[in-house]
Amino acid sequence: MQAFEYANPKTLQEALGLLGSSWGEADVLAGGTDLLGLMKEYIHTPKRVVNIKGIKELGGIEKTSAGVRIGATVTVAELLSSGLIKSQFPALIQAAQGIASMQIRNMGSIGGDLCQRPRCWYFRSGYGLLAMKDGKSLVANGENRYHAIFGRAPAYFVSASSFGPALIALGAKVKLASQSGTRELPVAEFFVAPATEDDREIALKPNEILTEILVPAETTRNATYEVRQKEALDWPLATASVALKMDGGKVRSAEIVMGHVGPTPVRAPKAARSLTGKTINETVAEKAAATAVKGARPLSQNAYKVQLAKAAVKRALLRAVS
Amino acid sequence: MPDYKWPPKDQRRIIGKPVNRVDGPAKASGRARFSQDVRLPGMLYAALLTSPYAHAKVTDIDTSQAEKSPGVKGIQIISEPGTEIQWAGTEIALVAADTEEHARDGVRKIKVKYEVFNDHFVKEADLATAQKLGRAKPSGEAVTGDPDQAFKDADVISEGEYGIPPITHCCLESHGQVVAFDGEKVEYRPSTQNVSGVGGDLAKGLEIPAANVHVHQDHIGGGFGSKFASDRWGVETAKLSKKVGGKPIRYHHDRRTELEIAGCRPAIYGRFKVGAKKDGTIIAWESKTWATGGFGGGGLNANLLPYVFRDVPNRRFNHSAVSINAGGARAWRAPNHPQVSFLTCSAIEDLAAKLKMDPLEVFLKNLHYTQRPEVYRAQLLKAAEMIGWKSKWHPRGQSGRGPVKTGLGIGIGTWGGMGHNATERVTIHPDGSVVLEIGSQDLGTGTRTIITQTAAESLGLPMKDITLRIGDNRYPRAGASGGSTTVGGTSAATRKATLNALEKLFEAVAPSLGAQPDQLVARDGKIMVKGDSSKSLTWRAACAKLGVTPIEATGSNNRRSPGGLIAGGVGGAQMAEVEVDTETGIVTLKKLAVVQDCGMIINPKTAASQCYGAAIMAICGALYEERILDAATGRFLNAEFDFYKLAGIKDVGQIEVHLDMTPEHDARGVVGLGEPPVIPGIAAIANAVANAIGVRVPRVPLTPDRVLAALERRRA
Repeated sequence: MQAFEYANPKTLQEALGLLGSSWGEADVLAGGTDLLGLMKEYIHTPKRVVNIKGIKELGGIEKTSAGVRIGATVTVAELLSSGLIKSQFPALIQAAQGIASMQIRNMGSIGGDLCQRPRCWYFRSGYGLLAMKDGKSLVANGENRYHAIFGRAPAYFVSASSFGPALIALGAKVKLASQSGTRELPVAEFFVAPATEDDREIALKPNEILTEILVPAETTRNATYEVRQKEALDWPLATASVALKMDGGKVRSAEIVMGHVGPTPVRAPKAARSLTGKTINETVAEKAAATAVKGARPLSQNAYKVQLAKAAVKRALLRAVS
Repeated sequence: MPDYKWPPKDQRRIIGKPVNRVDGPAKASGRARFSQDVRLPGMLYAALLTSPYAHAKVTDIDTSQAEKSPGVKGIQIISEPGTEIQWAGTEIALVAADTEEHARDGVRKIKVKYEVFNDHFVKEADLATAQKLGRAKPSGEAVTGDPDQAFKDADVISEGEYGIPPITHCCLESHGQVVAFDGEKVEYRPSTQNVSGVGGDLAKGLEIPAANVHVHQDHIGGGFGSKFASDRWGVETAKLSKKVGGKPIRYHHDRRTELEIAGCRPAIYGRFKVGAKKDGTIIAWESKTWATGGFGGGGLNANLLPYVFRDVPNRRFNHSAVSINAGGARAWRAPNHPQVSFLTCSAIEDLAAKLKMDPLEVFLKNLHYTQRPEVYRAQLLKAAEMIGWKSKWHPRGQSGRGPVKTGLGIGIGTWGGMGHNATERVTIHPDGSVVLEIGSQDLGTGTRTIITQTAAESLGLPMKDITLRIGDNRYPRAGASGGSTTVGGTSAATRKATLNALEKLFEAVAPSLGAQPDQLVARDGKIMVKGDSSKSLTWRAACAKLGVTPIEATGSNNRRSPGGLIAGGVGGAQMAEVEVDTETGIVTLKKLAVVQDCGMIINPKTAASQCYGAAIMAICGALYEERILDAATGRFLNAEFDFYKLAGIKDVGQIEVHLDMTPEHDARGVVGLGEPPVIPGIAAIANAVANAIGVRVPRVPLTPDRVLAALERRRA
């Protein structure tokens, strides 16, 4: 790990003042479950590390007039034990349960989950976010069994976020603060597919901190289903989160979002629309799932992930209404 | 000479009891010191620079910036300019500094120029390409009997392709050492399976007398066959220590380097053809296999095929050794055996499916080809009872409706396990204290515990009264812990050494008991006259008769004259029950039934632990583990534990162990158990998956992509 300056601010304003104007100057530390690994591997070599765990206003889960506010430093364990979340957002609880490590649940934060870097093994081996060598993608022609089936050149990694798909399905927003003010962004727009090596996979700017997540209070039936090979800590192969607004037993409107299948969480609007007016059962869910994966463009080794994404969508839908 | 025989089963008081590990509290509380915990005064930390290229030549190394880096005390070039690199991860240079962080910073400031060849080959499974590139070396054809005629005579011929990739040892404590070398003498604290021998190996590398190397190790965090030698990083760290004035230097691999260059279990792939009569009797066997042990080719002994069923009369083998640009193979818990067990048992299961026979019938039908038909018969039937074979087995693929299918499978194995040569020294002090010294090591298997049990049994003392010292090459020499030889070697040496010491004690105290030495026995903390319990002395009172002179005695195990204390040669059978989710391809192990024979058991608890641990390693190999090398970069892409997958506790299902403790096995004496139970599991699980989904998944690990692809082929 490269030596760095460590800052331990007590207020958000103080923290924002410590950030840089370009990536590489400062990194924000919350749980550290991703950042420390990145630094040990010299993938990130920040000059300054800004610890935000000591900033009170970034914690807490509260009910607001519009829904629920989740502070960025809320840990996975706090989320799991929150009655407020449990009663309304099983999709978030199920996503949290997929993080099968007590250590990561206790340390990892929801803000960190959204901001974590991709797990692409080329990226983690130092070949860059887009993993290009001699003008060619190492991923597209290489070991891509865990990579994107909804990718497009040049980004073939998958978003590693566990909560992203569920938050998008629930219509959540993130609040991003900088010294010049705050802005709100739908989570769906927070994730972006980078076009160049200098881009990031999230809309956060180097001078910003993700401060909170706002989940609207609309009543939905929602669920997440993760396909993981292992029960123990393991990266999902494909996930799906769904949120259904219901009229009695029938779907009024739906949102379906798949995870770990593209450089961002992948929405399936057509599949979601196909559910309108329907009662969810095995056949309906299966059909919607098939629609959801229709646009998939698997790479040389990962066609199997199309089937996994399909299974995840079907099972998430059935779980939401069970 | 004392009668060294093990006491009869009904007279054993400590041997055969499931006592807890003597080092359990130290390990559970964190007090146990591993090589990685050693901190010596003035110690420096080293970091290693490795090659990112799989085939390149080092043309220039500039260390000037690194030398000026804060805290850096010395640099050792390992691959001088001109060196040709044949795999990524090859050691280039070591940097010693006052902290580990400074050492790593220093490493990053070394500038190496490479001539990169970009012609590396890392895909050993791809035989056609290996042949085209001249990287496959055929070892010729070997024929026994008349396979051509036998295949003509066969009622059924089953063909299959199976493969098993390289996996690594994943020692929790990575390879490395703390070492101080002042130019003459070496203080060496390695993580080793070979306390008595590794010093000599290091001495050779340093060109100094073996007697100048002092080795000490209290605890090792896993070896599995990969930690016998001092290794390049050991020798070079010692040289660097000399360079910095003899200061101790600590170097251990980080996880990535550990996985890349600290050894792996070699792969083997092959095409198989088995001919049988209608009743399931195998009459012909043909295999075309290829394997790799790394750049040197080699790899795996294909002559072990067909495994266990050695005497199939008509056989033909062709084998090629493939050279790849990757870190070399090392012994991996039961070298070769898990791989050939998987290949052989898969071929037999597929034959059974083709014959539309219960595979258990086919295994039983062919046991006359094995060296121990009756042992295997009993074991297979026991495992069948444990897994519920009769009620649960169904013909291949007939596992009902619904996406989740269940299946059962069989695997078998064999191993030697005859104790290694070892000598132990016993000192009985006049105050009654007993000290045992032996240059052995406890790999976490329970060696300390079984030595202490054996000594306590022989001396008639409670275990707490025995002080055992191991892990130092100043103690009498013991063999390396490889080949499941430690329990036999150390228990036999302990038995002999303690009884030799006791004989001397009997001589010293016999007069005070008014008896002859050969009339005395040691039992329940007393020395007493046989048949007259009124004539006895407590252990302490007896030892007090020694005056001021302790008793010292040694005892040696010699595998050429085992004297009934130890034996080698065991069989084992395992059966797996799995669930396969056919919508996701995910395999869940429900149960693994482990039946193992292992001679006389000193401690059923640590023995069972060996089986549990072995079963978990087999489950990892069957479902998760695989070295993934990238064709373009030549790098080991998953050399970290997030994508080099190992089972967690929720992934291992129910493991049920049955140790085959029959009077016949007991009478053979002690046989090693470290390796045999790791052998059959992969075969059993792979066969269970084939049984569940109705089609063979040709390669392990049985990951979702492979399972779904097999299902796809079945549908097509």
